[in-house]
Amino acid sequence: MIGSILAWFTDPAHWSGEDGVPHRLFQHLWYTGATLLVAALVAIPLGLWIGHTGRARWLVSAANAVRAVPTLGLLLAASLWLGPHLQGDLAYVVPSIGVLAILAVPPLLAGTYAGIEAVDPAARDAAKGVGMSGRQVLWQVEVPNALPLVMSGVRSATLQVVATATIAAYPGLGGLGRFIIDGQAYGEYRTAAAGALLVAALAVALEGLLALVQRRVVSPGLRGAVGGSRNDDDADPAEMDPAAEPVDVRAHA
Amino acid sequence: MKRRTALAAVAVAAALGLTACGGGSDPLASDSPTASAGGGSGSGGAIVVGGANFSESTLLAEIYAGALKAKGIDATTKTNIGAREVYLRALQDNSVQVFPEYTGALALFYDKSYSGTDADEVYAHVKEVLPKDLTVLDKSAAEDNDSINVTKETAQKYSLTKVSDLAKVAGDLTLAAPPEFKQRPQGVPGLEKTYGITFKSFRPLTGQAIIQALANGQADAANIFSTDPAIAANGFVTLEDDKKLFGSQNIVPLVRADRADEVKDALNAVSAKLTTEAIAGMLKQTDIDKKDPKTVAQEFLASNGLG
Amino acid sequence: MDWLASNWRTVIDLALSHLYLAGVPLVVGFVLAIPLGWVAKRWPRSYPSVVTTTGLLYTIPSLALFVVMPLILGTQILDPLNVVVAMSVYTVALLARTVADGLRSVPDHIEQAATAMGYKGIRRLFGVELPLAAPVIAAGLRVAAVSNVSIVSVASLVGASQLGDLLIDGYNRVIWGELLTGILATVALALVLDAVIVFGTRLVTPWLRAGAGA
Repeated sequence: MIGSILAWFTDPAHWSGEDGVPHRLFQHLWYTGATLLVAALVAIPLGLWIGHTGRARWLVSAANAVRAVPTLGLLLAASLWLGPHLQGDLAYVVPSIGVLAILAVPPLLAGTYAGIEAVDPAARDAAKGVGMSGRQVLWQVEVPNALPLVMSGVRSATLQVVATATIAAYPGLGGLGRFIIDGQAYGEYRTAAAGALLVAALAVALEGLLALVQRRVVSPGLRGAVGGSRNDDDADPAEMDPAAEPVDVRAHA
Repeated sequence: MKRRTALAAVAVAAALGLTACGGGSDPLASDSPTASAGGGSGSGGAIVVGGANFSESTLLAEIYAGALKAKGIDATTKTNIGAREVYLRALQDNSVQVFPEYTGALALFYDKSYSGTDADEVYAHVKEVLPKDLTVLDKSAAEDNDSINVTKETAQKYSLTKVSDLAKVAGDLTLAAPPEFKQRPQGVPGLEKTYGITFKSFRPLTGQAIIQALANGQADAANIFSTDPAIAANGFVTLEDDKKLFGSQNIVPLVRADRADEVKDALNAVSAKLTTEAIAGMLKQTDIDKKDPKTVAQEFLASNGLG
Repeated sequence: MDWLASNWRTVIDLALSHLYLAGVPLVVGFVLAIPLGWVAKRWPRSYPSVVTTTGLLYTIPSLALFVVMPLILGTQILDPLNVVVAMSVYTVALLARTVADGLRSVPDHIEQAATAMGYKGIRRLFGVELPLAAPVIAAGLRVAAVSNVSIVSVASLVGASQLGDLLIDGYNRVIWGELLTGILATVALALVLDAVIVFGTRLVTPWLRAGAGA
């Protein structure tokens, strides 16, 4: 099995053209990026608003309830409904990205909201005390303090989108999912296994990249400060914080 | 917190933990759970009739299972298994025992270089090349072939009537078909070899998505089964297979050799009554009128004295 | 609704298979996650590796895992066991960390008190630590339950029957009633399973209610 998967990867035929690894990988990255962008544009402002004002918290739990909806069903329904009204590749890309974005919203929203919410009230009061406006408090105190949890939301959303985008290959999307769906259709399990490895590798690579980004954007003063419990020497603060719990629930279907 | 409550909690939790252990490890330990309807494996059990991932196969599976039940044979269906590349494996590992098949596709699956097109020759060849544990019963007159279709507008624009007309324009066109069509000898490789046709790109889709893609312009040509009522309903033009790439595709029951005697009479009686028109009529009911395949199958059996 | 009226029996059968394919792995995964979570808590240095390894498992796309399972297990390709094992893998991946975090949430002084009362090893784990960690673990179980129910639908693409069949057939034959029934029935099943866990957690944590009532 391992030998035949290795042989699949070393076959030059699998590295060129529409069906080649580079093209499929590029497509997969493109879908993931577009999905996260769409989801972030909705979820992050909303999360900042909910966290800052404390209003409409029910939205966070409502968004979490979306998890119960089977992704495959949403993808198929969206493709069936929107497909006939769209031109060319858009008939497959738009419904898929739309549905994947819906899935990426809950972790992003929960991360942003929980991040703002978890900001030490003393820090907030101190900021107000030195005469900062609401807007200044948000951007200069709350957002920087919330970044670890926001990033943790981004990371779980990314993992989820990378893995789930594979299912969208069934209603006609490109990307790495093609290797899995087509491999299954051809009865070539090694193709499906190779596709799975590529997806897992991509997920790990993106996770590493985002961890690096997080290290860069999060203020050094916060490192290790948010979790605050035992053993925070060797783990990333967002991962340790109990408040991160609703963020890091990764579901993919 | 009261000490007694804590202890009670402890006891309950411990008990729960233990039962969870016992209950949880069972399904994994036992060999094959009884959850699925198609649990009958091994000789002597119920007959499981398999169906592939398209309407006609589901319909035929229901017809076969209904005919078997009418003869007092315990039969269930396990439909939507997948493409040929997958379901033949399910027959060989004895997950299913009977499967509706197509002569030409079967011949070519086991003999990649086969090029016969005469219906009887193809049927005879299938019998030769099948693995020892599988066998085919009588073939029916009903035929369902792959076919290349285009919209009326495309046909007019490029003046297409036969598949070979595509050769000069295919470089600008996209073909929609099930994913496995890309690798099959009668699929994309066959179009290249027999007709010298290479499409600009290939769009792997399933079911109605293929029809939609052709109707809405996501594809310029599509591989659709010749019995599919959607061809007429959408006014698609089927291009004549002038070089006989798709050969003969008579519907035939493929069965495990060790179960052939049990099911032979019932299924041969079905094959004797099946015609292309009957299939097309039933598919119109399942796909256009959205009737349940099982109901349609039973009506067919009843009206032919088989059910 | 017409579709549901004439097919409700099929829907119930599929829902039961769905419950089996999502529920059994939930129990198996939970049972396997307990020792893993315990190890991660007992030896804090192992925590990051347990979290990373189980996190890695979760990056394997479900469809691919279903497809290659028969090769790994040597099972028949249509054996429901393939789906059960794959789903158990996901459940462990999700719950190992939750169990570890739950156990870590038990305050040190309570553990010390339990030890002083003579609770040791396994008995302390099942008798004191796990019950006290129940609220955190239950939150993880709920997520796992809901996500299992959603993921299992994908198994229809490898021929394992459950509510996902309605999604695939509804899509391939354009039967909206069937497709929507499939989605709604799956959501309903997820909510039922979620409610069962919430209820079960209340049963094993009576002290939480006692506190609230006082």
